[in-house]
Parts: sequence; structure tokens; C-alpha cells
Amino acid sequence: MAIKLPIFMDNHSTTPVDQRVLDTMIPYFTEKFGNAASRSHQFGWVAEEAVDYARERIARLIGASSEKEIVFTSGATESDNLAIKGVAEYYRDKGNHIITTVTEHKAVLDTCKRLEKQGCEVTYLPVDRHGLVDPDDVRRAITDKTILVSVMLANNEIGTVQPLEAIGKVTREKGVLLHSDAVQGIGKIDFDVQKMNVDLASITAHKMYGPKGIGALYVRRSKPRVRLVAQMDGGGHERGSRSGTLNVPLIVGFGKAAEIAQLEGREESGRILRLRERLRTKIQDALDETYVNGSLEHRLPGNLNVSFNFVEGEAMMMAIKDVAVSSGSACTSSSLEPSYVLRALGVGDELAHSSIRFGIGRLNTEEEIDYVADLVIAKVQHLREMSPLYEMHKEGIDLKTVEWTAH
Amino acid sequence: MAYSEKVIDHAEKPRNVGTLDKNDPNVGTGLVGAPACGDVMRLQIRVNDEGVIEDAKFKTFGCGSAIASSSLATEWIKGKSIEEAEAIKNVDIVNELNLPPVKIHCSVLAEDAIKSAIQDYRAKQAARRAEAAVADLPREERPTVP
Repeated sequence: MAIKLPIFMDNHSTTPVDQRVLDTMIPYFTEKFGNAASRSHQFGWVAEEAVDYARERIARLIGASSEKEIVFTSGATESDNLAIKGVAEYYRDKGNHIITTVTEHKAVLDTCKRLEKQGCEVTYLPVDRHGLVDPDDVRRAITDKTILVSVMLANNEIGTVQPLEAIGKVTREKGVLLHSDAVQGIGKIDFDVQKMNVDLASITAHKMYGPKGIGALYVRRSKPRVRLVAQMDGGGHERGSRSGTLNVPLIVGFGKAAEIAQLEGREESGRILRLRERLRTKIQDALDETYVNGSLEHRLPGNLNVSFNFVEGEAMMMAIKDVAVSSGSACTSSSLEPSYVLRALGVGDELAHSSIRFGIGRLNTEEEIDYVADLVIAKVQHLREMSPLYEMHKEGIDLKTVEWTAH
Repeated sequence: MAYSEKVIDHAEKPRNVGTLDKNDPNVGTGLVGAPACGDVMRLQIRVNDEGVIEDAKFKTFGCGSAIASSSLATEWIKGKSIEEAEAIKNVDIVNELNLPPVKIHCSVLAEDAIKSAIQDYRAKQAARRAEAAVADLPREERPTVP
């Protein structure tokens, strides 16, 4: 089979909408366009019924006990904001302490930073060199002022899967709420809000082959009943948790994506894991000084984050421009700082600059994996031939002993 | 980020990649930048007896714009006198390659690399002249090497 270029291998950033999802959505733009809040006519009822069906699919996927626990939002950023700010505001009299981790998504970290300015205290737990949080660290950080712990299910850069079940045991025992940004892991690895004692979970459709612009926040309704202060005022939609007319076609697509994930996710993850390992072993067998960032054991099946020593990440992405990937190099960010996630793992800045993230997804094939592996190997070799660092390394110079002119 | 055509051209077909003998007295080597900052350039020049740069080579660890800046720098300085090469400013590189503001430091690094290579060449030449001057002295007046 001929390879079609460009190849999309950046499935952590987003995923294509599954054709089956799109087909389900289409009628809700035109014929079934009603407002789900219209209680007085058929157009509204049809829309409401479709929304309820989707809500139930999503609830079922994450093990929620009721579809009433799903609050639709514009995406996981909004869900993270609503969960953390909403809890902080509601439980203000109970305490002002929040615990999270240094490798969380910016939607969590920046929300916490804003709350710090408003009088909250936030503990940012470290991770080990594999990117894992220690549940005992969570236990030790909890004080009588702690109201919320927020730990992601799986990391977006390095794919590290956190020990949520163990953390959930701690938070439940201590009577503290647990929020999880579960975006990267849903439909790919086991996630069950009951089993893991998760009280709030942020999810989004576009990372699981649904449309962009629609997400949800799971909010537990019993044992314990979680309360929030809404961050959007208006018509009191979503039981007062999030005002704004429901985007019915996107919600329908989200529901369909959840249904597909539930039916096919396990098998698909197995296939994707085999592809990931094929890519990893091919690359590591052919190239020296190539390091996988993050835990191999506790990892999303589709994630491969590799540092190619002596080769800068952006130059690498340019060299493999027919393959869409991303990099932790500073040059790819507007801040000129290398990835804070890799830094938190203790990966040196020079290796962070050399990192490439491959995100393998539903549509990637074995032929694509082989093509990408061969291309990556050839281009790393080419760029190393151009790299003064590789030449120095080959001459036996320890690069750490060189006095560089930092700029 | 979209790259200019010239950046892509240099990054895909870099000119003058390679290594000159750094022990050759007519070769000046400049090594600038730091791995932790994400870019390191090594630029080398070989200067003939007329003070003209007859060859230039580079190796760069860095993004496409850094590779393009150093590639362009070697292209420009070949055939120029040391003085002419020294007059090249980073803005010349920015303009030629249409570098966006976030990539200006790549051009600064290329200018630094040229200057650093010239400095190294001059230091070597000065050392050689000093040695030659010492060799001209009567044996008893030569400084003793500690």
C-alpha cells in the first residue's frame, strides 16, 4: 500500500473526527436543530433526547453512576477551570488548600496560579524521573485545610499514567475531593470514577475522535455529593452548573465517540501499543544516544516521547516535515523555554531541546510506522553529521566539561 | 511556525557543512552558544596569506533558522577579506532570511560565530608571530619555557 503524505502522528494534540461520529452529527445541524432547553415543542424534545442519549454514553464510558453527573462544557480547559475554581469557591469556608502536580496541563496549573493570587494555597507535588506522582506524597501534603487534589490521568507530553486508584484511596480516606484531567487517557486506558474514587473528571471529545469545542466535567452526585459554584452565569443550564445553550450536534458526536471508545477502545489500544513498540524498537535499535522520556511501563499506548541527543527538536521536525509530530524544544514554544514536563523529570535542557513526541492513533498503519521509523533514523543521522556536539561526542569530549557561552 | 523559503532552502541543502583542521595555523574556529539553550554553532575559516577567507565550514546544533543562519554566514564570508567578514551584521542575516523576531537570536549567534572564528585566527597568528620573533632572537636572549 502506498503511503499517503503527510502522515499525522500527533494524536495527543487532537484526533480526526471518526466518520461514524460525523455521520451521527450531521442531522443535528439541519433537520434536528432544536434547542435542547425548549420544553414546549418537538424540536426541543428531539434535541433533548439526543443530548440525554449522549450524556448516558459518556457516563457509561467513565463508570459514572448517573448521566446527571455529566456537565457539558466547551472542552477540557473549561472543565478544569470549572472543577478547580468551582470547588475552591464553594468550599472556601472549609479550607483553601489545593494539591496538584508539576506536570499537569496548563489548564490546571494556570487555574491554580490564579487561585493562589486570590488567597488559595497550592502544593505542587514533584514527580519521579519516570513522571510518576507518589501517592504517599499526596498523603503527606494533605492538611486540615485541603479541599481538593488534582492529578491528571495521563500526561499529554510523555504519556505517563498516574497511579490514580492509589491516590483515590488516599483522598477518600482523608475526605478530600479528587479531580482528574482525564483527557489523554479516556477510551485508551482503564478509567473508572467508581473504582478510582474520582470525584471530578475533565474530558474532551476531540482527543477521542469526536469534534472540537465540546467537553464535559464529571461531577459526582453521591458519596460524596460534590458541589460547585458555576463560573458562567445565565440561563441555568446543566442543573445550574454551566449556563449556555447546549451545542447539540457536537454533544451527539461526543456521545457517539464515547460509544465507539467503549466498544473498540480495548482492542484498539492493543493494536496501537504494538505499533508504538514497533516504532520505538526500530529507532532504538538503529540509533545510539536515544532516550525515551517517561515511564515505559505506566504509559499511554500511543505515546512515544524520545530525545535524540545532539539533534535539536525543531530542526528534526523540519527534516521530517511530512510527518506531523511535536517537540519539547524551546524553539517550538513562544516562551523559548524547553518543556516544563521534561524538566520536572530531571531531563537536562539539552535533551529536552532534542525531544520529539510521537502520538500514534486510530488511523495510523504499520506501513506508516515503518516509513516514519526509516525517515527518522535517516534524518537523525543526517543532522548528527551536521552537529558539532555529535562530533565532539565522537572525539570523546565530555560536553558537560565544556565552557559554553550561554546566551 | 512557517519558515521563509530561504530558511527552508538552507536548512534542507546546507552549504559548507564540515570540519577544517583546527590545528592548522591558518584556520580560525569559533564555537558559540550552549546545548542547554538549544543552539551551538561552530564556524571555521581558512585564511590565505593575503588575508582572504578562502574556505569556510560550519556545523550547527539548533533549529532550522540556526542552521540556515550559519549556512548563509559561511556562504557570505567565503572569498571576503577578514575585515569585510567582520563587518557582517546580524540584521543582514535577518533581512536575507526573513527571520521572525523569535528567531533573531539565531542571526546574533551567526554573527558571534564569525567574529569568534576571526578572533581565534588572529590569536593564532599573533602567537605564531611571537614565536617567530623569539626564534629571530639570539639564543641567549630567548625566554626560557617554564
